[in-house]
Amino acid sequence: MSGHEQFAEDLALLALGSLEGDERQVLEKHLQECAGCRRELESLRGDMALLSLSAVGPKPPARSRERLTAALAREPRRGAASARRFWWILAPSLAAAGLALVVISLGRQNSALREQIGRMQSDAASQQVELRRAREIVSTLTASDAMRVTLVAAKSPPQAQGKAIYVRDRSSLIFIASNLPAVPAQKAYELWLIPNSGAPIPAGVFKPDAHGSAAVVNPPLPPGVEAKAFAITIEPEAGSMTPTMPIVMLGAGE
Amino acid sequence: MSPAEPRAGLSDAALVAAIRSGKESAMAELYDRYSGVVYSVSLRVLGDTGAAEDVLQEVFLQLWRNPDLFDSSRGNLAPWLAVIARNRSIDGLRKRRPESDVEDVVLSVEPDMAGDADRAMAMNKVRVVLGEMPAAQRSALEMAYFEGLSHSEISAKTGEPLGTVKTRIRTGLLTLRKAFET
Repeated sequence: MSGHEQFAEDLALLALGSLEGDERQVLEKHLQECAGCRRELESLRGDMALLSLSAVGPKPPARSRERLTAALAREPRRGAASARRFWWILAPSLAAAGLALVVISLGRQNSALREQIGRMQSDAASQQVELRRAREIVSTLTASDAMRVTLVAAKSPPQAQGKAIYVRDRSSLIFIASNLPAVPAQKAYELWLIPNSGAPIPAGVFKPDAHGSAAVVNPPLPPGVEAKAFAITIEPEAGSMTPTMPIVMLGAGE
Repeated sequence: MSPAEPRAGLSDAALVAAIRSGKESAMAELYDRYSGVVYSVSLRVLGDTGAAEDVLQEVFLQLWRNPDLFDSSRGNLAPWLAVIARNRSIDGLRKRRPESDVEDVVLSVEPDMAGDADRAMAMNKVRVVLGEMPAAQRSALEMAYFEGLSHSEISAKTGEPLGTVKTRIRTGLLTLRKAFET
């Protein structure tokens, strides 16, 4: 407020609501243009508010709280105010008041439904994000034009490799292989889940592409099976229910 | 408005946000926190318990209907409610229509008064500062704030020049401010 000392005292009076007439008009006009004086006015109102703390009296009677409670109950709830008021105007009689109660009830349901829809939209949005991320991951892992590079110790010849990623609780399995030799005609590789006990479970039939790469994504599996290992055999193109020896690749859980 | 559940630590801003979404329990919390200040100011101005209760009711209903009018970035709720209660009470005292819109009550104040202890300390400090003020200055401030008298009315009542009254009021307010800056 520097440089505006001529308004200093009037600002205090304005804060208190004690400034009248021309002085008030002049100051209000100045305030429209002067942010410094507006800030000072807010501070003076704050100073003035402190004066309230010097008023010490009895607590308000309990009935005041009850009165406010009753008044709040009569207030329109958020979001449906205008519709509700409209109905109250149209409903001076008891019968119409009943109708208004129905409207209030519907309004509350409407409001609850809106909230529910809002939550569902929010959930759906976050699921969309997750889904998009999952799709990106899977599409990268399984893309036919993906460059798949397996790093091995220098000077070792390329070896067939497979990587199985299995989440038992979701029965979800992703298998990626590289450097696989081509299979004979009318034959294919078959992936097997070897459980802790019981017979191997078929986990997808696949053929490698020209580069020896292949992928199996979420083959149908029984729920909750604990895997001891994964294996690959060569089977007829349609796949088998039991593995045909020999096992060409094998890996146990890490 | 059932009894407020304990919400230790919830700021005024958080409670006002809850009111915005229609939570009556937040209203109950704020009422229990600040009805004493609002009622005391109204009673001091109006000198009538029934009229003070009316103002109390009106102020909290205003908050319920228009929670967005309170700007939490400029301080806490107690002084804002107190000033609205004071303005409404002065309007009632002078039998005039509400002169000041709630929208116009923008104020900034330093001390935090959300907690009972903070509020008690601030109240004590205000009383000490007023007690140490020259009697004429304190009287001018109180006439302006609690009686709603204009500076010319105070001047007429006390027989002091207008300029003196103006200076006393401003100096008094700045003295209060300074006490809370340290």
